[in-house]
Amino acid sequence: MAASPSAPIVSLRGVGKLFGTGTVALDGLDLDVRDGEFLSLLGPSGCGKSTALRIIAGLSEPSRGAVTWRDGADARRGIGFVFQEPTLMPWTTVFGNVFLPLKLTGMDKAAAAPRIMETLSRVGLADFADAYPRELSGGMRMRVSIARAVVTAPRVLLMDEPFAALDEITRFKLNDDLVALWRELHMTVVFVTHSVFESVFLSNRIVVMTSRPGRVSSELAIDAPVRDAHFRTSAEYAGYCRVTSEALHQAIRTPAGVAA
Amino acid sequence: MNERTLRILAPAAVLALGVMLWDLIVRINDIPPYILPSPGLVLTTLVADWPILWSSLLATLETTIEGLALAVVGGIGLAVLFNQSRLIEHSLYPYAVILQVTPVVAIAPLLLIYLPQQAAVLACAWIVAFFPVLANTTLGLNSVDHNLADLFRLYGASRWQVLAELKLPAALPQMLAGIKIAGGLSLIGAVVAEIAAGSAGAGSGLAYRIAESGYRLNIPRMFAALLLLSLAGIVIFALLSWITHLALRRWHESAITREA
Repeated sequence: MAASPSAPIVSLRGVGKLFGTGTVALDGLDLDVRDGEFLSLLGPSGCGKSTALRIIAGLSEPSRGAVTWRDGADARRGIGFVFQEPTLMPWTTVFGNVFLPLKLTGMDKAAAAPRIMETLSRVGLADFADAYPRELSGGMRMRVSIARAVVTAPRVLLMDEPFAALDEITRFKLNDDLVALWRELHMTVVFVTHSVFESVFLSNRIVVMTSRPGRVSSELAIDAPVRDAHFRTSAEYAGYCRVTSEALHQAIRTPAGVAA
Repeated sequence: MNERTLRILAPAAVLALGVMLWDLIVRINDIPPYILPSPGLVLTTLVADWPILWSSLLATLETTIEGLALAVVGGIGLAVLFNQSRLIEHSLYPYAVILQVTPVVAIAPLLLIYLPQQAAVLACAWIVAFFPVLANTTLGLNSVDHNLADLFRLYGASRWQVLAELKLPAALPQMLAGIKIAGGLSLIGAVVAEIAAGSAGAGSGLAYRIAESGYRLNIPRMFAALLLLSLAGIVIFALLSWITHLALRRWHESAITREA
């Protein structure tokens, strides 16, 4: 299931980010996000992949270069964001947390309730609407965070290493569910990770990034139509993981400042 | 013996021992009541002088509660203003600190010159009580999770929404801790002002009774009034602790009892 080659929903051209501390997080990053794809940004820690994600979201301004949205800058409003931590409001319930994005756009509770409950069922938390975040496990908190991000039916979902802190088994389950959500909701997903296995399992396309300054090292297409437990144990999956690992090693070896 | 009974029995035993020791010392040394009254005499005086002590207690409590209420409103109000405007914060914060570090005992006589007595007493209670509310609330408002703040930005939340939906709830634990401190301090402020007023020969509160009884060498009544003041302080603290518990019990670590 190859992504459509039509105009990218968002493009980054020559994007650079220089922090006040003198750190060059990104330099000359070119990236196209295609409509409907599941794109992973894979790279070592500190390669600026999270910074790239924040720039796409508009949470950080690029020092150089441009970010162009196909449907105009307002399209940025229609995005969902999932952080590395669940980042929930501890003072309110699961329902209250998922209600937040709708509440901020002026929707009242009664009107939002059916949508919130439907989203909670999708992530398997229908029975936990009245629970407080502290009463949930790490994996469940992350599900709440995902529910909050998709409750607005976003065109683009940005995820910043959301499962990095979870155990392997919980992570497998969440990966399965994320693939299902992506299919059902017809979203475009940009997923930042440092896990080769996770990126191969989830993505249509993997962009491997170099470190300091961050830019694109290589790009791989993962053409597997079905992502399930069988795929995870297949020779095909192992093959993709090997190729992706090699690409990652290549990216790490590339000296800073030399384009791959 | 379990933890709970121990927590009640142990201090009760200390109290009983202390009172017995006190009584013993008075009896053995045959100390006259105008130097040290026996605990029994203090209790008898408390009952005998109840009408006058009760009305004094009410006067002091009224000042304390009004001072606390003004401190809560003023402290939270100022903290919110400081949080919204750097200019206001930089302009006023030093003076809030100066009010806090100048001993209220030294300010009280001045206030009594320029203000009507009741207003001066109230002003003293407010001056000592508002700062912990201000300082704690400011700390709370400034310790909002950065990612949550980003999320609000992403959804285009207004300044008001950020304050009402994010900053104030996030600051609630610190705010309540400040109010708990302020409750005790308001009583201290009221007492200090009443003593200052008492030396000017006017007043109606419990502290004024203490000063007056001192001049008249009515030491048993001094002790009775002191006992009532302590009890008032304990009740205020217990009430505020209970309110804090009710407000935070579902979500904040400080209010959650964990099973070992």
